Amino acid sequence: MEPIKVYNFMGIRRYAVVFSAVLLVISSWSLISQGLVLGLDFSGGTQIEVGYDRPADVGELREQLETAGFSNPVVVHFGAETDVLIRLQGEPKQELAQEILTVLQSSGEEIDLRRIDFVGPQIGEELRDQGGLGMLAALFVVMLYVAWRFQFKFSIGAVVALAHDVIITLGIFSLARFEFDLTVLAAILAVVGYSLNDTIVVSDRIRENFRKIRKASPVEVINESLSQTLWRTINTSVTTMLVLLALFFIGGELIHNFAIALMIGVGIGTYSSMYVAATLMLALNVDREDLLEPVEGELVDDLP
Amino acid sequence: MLNKFPLWKNLLILAVVIFGLTYAAPNFYPADAAVQLSGQSGAMVIDETVLAKVEKSLEEGNIEYFGGVADGESALIRIKDKDMQLRAKEIIQAEMGNDYIVALNLAPTTPEWLSNLGGTPMKLGLDLSGGVHFLLEVDLDKALDVRLVGDLEDIKAALREERIRYRSFKLVGNQIVGQFRDADQASKAKNIVRNTFRDLQPETGPNQNPLTVVFNLSEAATSLLEDNAIKQNLTSLRNRVNELGVSEPLVSRQGKNRIVVELPGVQDTAEAKRIIGKTANLEFRLESQGKGGERFDFRNQSGQGPDAMLESKAVISGENVTDARASFDENGRPQVNITLDSKGGWQMGYATRDNIGRRLGVLFIEYKTKLEKVISDTGELDIVSVPYVERHIISLATIQAQLGKQFRITGLDGQRESSELALLLRAGALAAPMYIVEERTIGPSLGADNIEMGVKSVTVGMALVLIFMVLIYRAFGMAANFALAMNLLLLVAFMSLLGATLTLPGIAGIVLTVGMAVDANVLIFSRIREERRDGASVQTSISAGYDRAFVSILDANITTLIVALILFLIGSGPVQGFAVTLSIGILTSMFTSIVMTRGLVNFVVGGRKIDKLWI
Repeated sequence: MEPIKVYNFMGIRRYAVVFSAVLLVISSWSLISQGLVLGLDFSGGTQIEVGYDRPADVGELREQLETAGFSNPVVVHFGAETDVLIRLQGEPKQELAQEILTVLQSSGEEIDLRRIDFVGPQIGEELRDQGGLGMLAALFVVMLYVAWRFQFKFSIGAVVALAHDVIITLGIFSLARFEFDLTVLAAILAVVGYSLNDTIVVSDRIRENFRKIRKASPVEVINESLSQTLWRTINTSVTTMLVLLALFFIGGELIHNFAIALMIGVGIGTYSSMYVAATLMLALNVDREDLLEPVEGELVDDLP
Repeated sequence: MLNKFPLWKNLLILAVVIFGLTYAAPNFYPADAAVQLSGQSGAMVIDETVLAKVEKSLEEGNIEYFGGVADGESALIRIKDKDMQLRAKEIIQAEMGNDYIVALNLAPTTPEWLSNLGGTPMKLGLDLSGGVHFLLEVDLDKALDVRLVGDLEDIKAALREERIRYRSFKLVGNQIVGQFRDADQASKAKNIVRNTFRDLQPETGPNQNPLTVVFNLSEAATSLLEDNAIKQNLTSLRNRVNELGVSEPLVSRQGKNRIVVELPGVQDTAEAKRIIGKTANLEFRLESQGKGGERFDFRNQSGQGPDAMLESKAVISGENVTDARASFDENGRPQVNITLDSKGGWQMGYATRDNIGRRLGVLFIEYKTKLEKVISDTGELDIVSVPYVERHIISLATIQAQLGKQFRITGLDGQRESSELALLLRAGALAAPMYIVEERTIGPSLGADNIEMGVKSVTVGMALVLIFMVLIYRAFGMAANFALAMNLLLLVAFMSLLGATLTLPGIAGIVLTVGMAVDANVLIFSRIREERRDGASVQTSISAGYDRAFVSILDANITTLIVALILFLIGSGPVQGFAVTLSIGILTSMFTSIVMTRGLVNFVVGGRKIDKLWI
């Protein structure tokens, strides 16, 4: 077999910086100016999902509810033509769901009550705080672990790569006006886990190569490491994408957004583990010196 | 020798495989729809005769059943047709009356040898089983407010008694604030309050106005008050939930001031809400003399007493009771200390002044519903629910002296009775108002759909990964696939054994684990390919591949585990379910993808002379 082909990944790192910067700016702009479409879990309110025997006419249902005195009900199909999701924003009131059901049943039609969600405003607010706090805690703990296992410069690279992935995934959710609910929050944290996994594997190889290859520039070492891990990175992304596609198409409406968030995150995460972390390490002048193990018999023997 | 496992490692792998198969197995036996019958009080015996009565009523209702068992405390009857379960429950409830709790249940069909080994199927979360989830918030400020208002009235009374003049005494926020005309009176008042009301702490500061005194409820007293309020609400909620007839209800405290109620299988939320929101009430009534009055049963936890006639007019009602506590008198006999609010105290004093020697009864009033058999117009058997009020006497004691704001009931049988009575007295009104801050109802059809879609996406996702791995890594891909299947099995086994609850996000976690679990094998196999490329021999490259990849796998998995842990700590319900599956998945996948695949590879390739690796 021939030796592995080394690609000059870092040769185009300036373009990668521009690419990431553009994505980050657009994402941040969108997040700041229009924010996320918060799902019921975070916004609070009432929603009710009902199933009909035949395809339901959402326009008609909306009118029916408006005549009954509900202001601005959101009525949409949910997953199937026969399923309808009704949401009422504003000051939530517990009995609302029951009232809606009564109105819908008044037309004498068979209705299958699929679910009712009522979330008080205080709960949504707490969840938002908890989610943000959890994200920061995760980033911080990971930074400590990587700094301990590897080195400070690696840890900066890993954490910036994670923040990069999270901001861009959130940014795409904000731009596309996808709904952000609890499952999406879980997905974002899973993205953190996944992207971290990727970054660690690449960093691990970089560390190994810095110790092994002695006469090479940092750029060359990183290029070689990325080339060596390229197939692993691609294959793992493919298997993860495969199961996510299965979730996306068959998993049902409730985890639709979960799957979308993870697909975006896995895509961005794969890119960031190759370009963001490594580019940042180069910018911080990562060197062989950074990785020499303090007292290790093997290394001492190597010295002339 | 290179690439040969010692015997113990092979045995370990075998043991893990057997373990996984055994504990995952209970999940593959579908549960039977069943109805469970138990008594309202623990003293009731539910034996074969009761069971026979239940079975007879089912036969009359044309419902096919099987496998009825009674163990003295409860009875379980399995229903053949799942759609008839609800009907069966109603028929049994109507037949047996309200002394029995009839609950819908899913009876596991785990074979005996499996359950003897501790094998149980996974619990399904509400999003899969259907049911209602409530999150209630207890208004602790209100409880505090009630307490402080009471204290304020008492302080005023005490100061009046000591002839201390004040300009005003009122509640400002959570503080009791008194204004005085001269400093001498103010400091006297401060001393009196400090000596009489130990729970109140005067606020002292350098800039304290000498004409103003400010009191706060001490921290210890506040937290005791809050704790009691939550506990009492929990107790009353549990009692009420029991009435709903749910097989495995969950009522537990969450955080500082919240209570979670989960009722699997309950569909009628309106009914559930009504029962959760209802309050029992209390009335204190004098025993009637001669003519007039109403007759009530005497009933408490220790049994049935003689009935008694009480006057129709109540002296005070439950709202006037601010506290009731079980304790012991000077001679160590059990008693219950009761505290009334000022209005109640005054009314009690007025009513008892001229009635010393008569008996005072405490009437417990509950609002209930019962199911009744009715023959409808068409001549069919119909079951309807009828609301009714149940009243019984829980205490009947002789008035020894004129009663006031604080008095006690003595002559109780034991400590159990006193604490029971105190609980009932307090249950008259909830300690603090509660309101629903979150409600989620999942219909049975959605639950079933969720399970179906979940299982389908796991199957399809897994199949795709299996095919991909064989295409890319050939023979080694097969080893990885075996490990992946074992990983899924182990994951299910551990979740069943740990009693973890499976939720929809949990299933998503399983699917994600399937996708990510092969990562370790991808890492190892890529390494082996690299070693081969560098010209290492077959056996050396396998060994080196596993060794070198190990560090990366460990680091990558530990960091992911950290993230999962944080997810668990900050998340609630569904997110936690996801975190649990993810964490268990990471741990099992490390074992299956490193140790198990190695075992397989060693078994096939190890110790042989091979020139080409099919990888």
